[in-house]
Amino acid sequence: MQQKKKNRFRDTCLTIIVIVLLGCFLHYAQNHFNGYAIQIINLVAVNAILALSMNIIYGFTGMFSLGQAGFMAIGAYVSALCVLTPEQKEMMWILDEIIWPFSTIHTSFFVSVVAGGLITAFISLLIALPVLRLGGDYLGIATLGFAEIIRVVITNATPITNGALGIKGIPLHANMWWNYGWLLFTLYFMIVLLRSNFGNVFKAIRDDEVAAKVMGINTFKYRVISFCIGAFFAGVGGALMGNLITTIDPKMFNFLLTFNILMIVVAGGLGSLTGSILGSVIITVLLEWLRIVEEPMTILNFEIPGIPGMRMVIFAVALLVIILFRREGLMGMREFSWDSVIGFLSRPFNRNKNADTGKEQA
Amino acid sequence: MTPAKHKNLLELRDVTIRFGGVTAVRNLSMDIPKDSIVGLIGPNGAGKTTVFNLITGFYRPNEGFIRFRDRDITGLPPHRICGKGISRTFQNIRLFANESALENIMIGCHVRRKSAWWMMPLLIPSCVREEKNIRETAWKLLATMGLEQYANVPAVSLPYGAQRRLEIARALATEPSLLLLDEPAAGMNPQESTELMDFIRHIRREYELTILLIEHDMKVVMGVCEHLWVLEYGQCIASGTPDEIQKNPKVIEAYLGEEVFDA
Repeated sequence: MQQKKKNRFRDTCLTIIVIVLLGCFLHYAQNHFNGYAIQIINLVAVNAILALSMNIIYGFTGMFSLGQAGFMAIGAYVSALCVLTPEQKEMMWILDEIIWPFSTIHTSFFVSVVAGGLITAFISLLIALPVLRLGGDYLGIATLGFAEIIRVVITNATPITNGALGIKGIPLHANMWWNYGWLLFTLYFMIVLLRSNFGNVFKAIRDDEVAAKVMGINTFKYRVISFCIGAFFAGVGGALMGNLITTIDPKMFNFLLTFNILMIVVAGGLGSLTGSILGSVIITVLLEWLRIVEEPMTILNFEIPGIPGMRMVIFAVALLVIILFRREGLMGMREFSWDSVIGFLSRPFNRNKNADTGKEQA
Repeated sequence: MTPAKHKNLLELRDVTIRFGGVTAVRNLSMDIPKDSIVGLIGPNGAGKTTVFNLITGFYRPNEGFIRFRDRDITGLPPHRICGKGISRTFQNIRLFANESALENIMIGCHVRRKSAWWMMPLLIPSCVREEKNIRETAWKLLATMGLEQYANVPAVSLPYGAQRRLEIARALATEPSLLLLDEPAAGMNPQESTELMDFIRHIRREYELTILLIEHDMKVVMGVCEHLWVLEYGQCIASGTPDEIQKNPKVIEAYLGEEVFDA
């Protein structure tokens, strides 16, 4: 018991140290890195939030949902509408006058992100009630349909969303501190919830819905809860992305966006929070780094002209390799724990110790 | 009939269910007295598991009703029926494969939980305490079932016998008053099934259970059950004590007569 308490104290200390180190790194990056690198670091955080939001729905509760881009669109638009000043909005809406109450709302950045998340969660609840009665692939198709419906509605609701013109000039509020702050909050929320027995309940529904029902779990209720939590964080992620890129339009939130997040989740490991974080770091960085292959280059005196889109080909191949050879992704369903890290790091020492004792015995 | 009625934990009255043109269960009536161990037997495809599915709410009977503790539970969804105190195991083991043995039992404890999910991230004390209690209860159940060494092993990697016991442990975690066991002795050797009989009697005493079991192993059925119902083609062809059933010509005919009842 004492050992357990000691371990928990050690883990808390180590976690705090890591968070402080992350803070130091961000502070250093902000002052010394160029804008491009900072943008990538920001994107890592936003993608991580989005991957976590998809993982709780697909990885932990086993619902194949492809509605992520739609939820992000709602979050981004709500946040943008909240954060712009009435004057800016009046100038930007040229096709149609912006209608009340959207014309007068003006909130702080934090409130706009929370509002984005909450409204997304509410709309996802309305979608969940009919759609979550479906299972398996049908659910994927239905949620994909709803994501498209959301996009089309946004395109045509010109008095609210400025239609196909999109919203430009959103102030760049989403700096590193906000993005990583939200990422930490998302992580905290997911870890506490999924480590508790409620997390077990989600996983039970994923593994065997019939047995879960027999165990007294209201599976429909918990599926809806999981779906709405996922949608909330997708909305938050969308809001942050809008504020980071400073321009949003309906075309941005097409199926490819969902696909990118799906790729992160699958590569990281379905049902692993650690996997989602690692996946978003690796894939976001790779997506930028692989731009090299699209530039003209010289190999052994051969001039190769730049091929735009080449990195997506490489990504498709990489995804194929993952699916063929490591279907469970980077982490499978395993999670990061300090015990395993310390065990891994102290392995060489232990081996020496064992060898020593072995010699003595001999 | 009337004085005995209050002692019955579960009553089925003229329950009938049809799937298309097939009548899977026809006019079945059962009275299961409190604190008893009773059995449901019959040839393969007789509709025994269908009866379990009817009791646990997976099917809704076309006719008739089911009463539990003098309350009508006909047509309630499965999770509500579990909440009222009926739990079951499955013929083909259905554990939560990727979860550890401990987590499997904790999931069983969920149904008695009072706090809501959103209290957890807010770390509301009552919710955190409840979480701790669930973990302790699960550990205790693991210990009583002798499954402690598998606590952190995924259920799918457990040996067969341990999986059977874990499934019973998980059912007990929902704090049932009626436990339905679907072929608990399937795949067990004679010694294991003798142990199983003691185990069934033990959990009845320990957890104040009433147990209804489906079983093909006649030694177990005759050794442990106090009352039996025999199903054939969805119809109850006989009911009575094990001795009566063994002598019943209809039952012998249904089982083709030979050696089945030599226990």
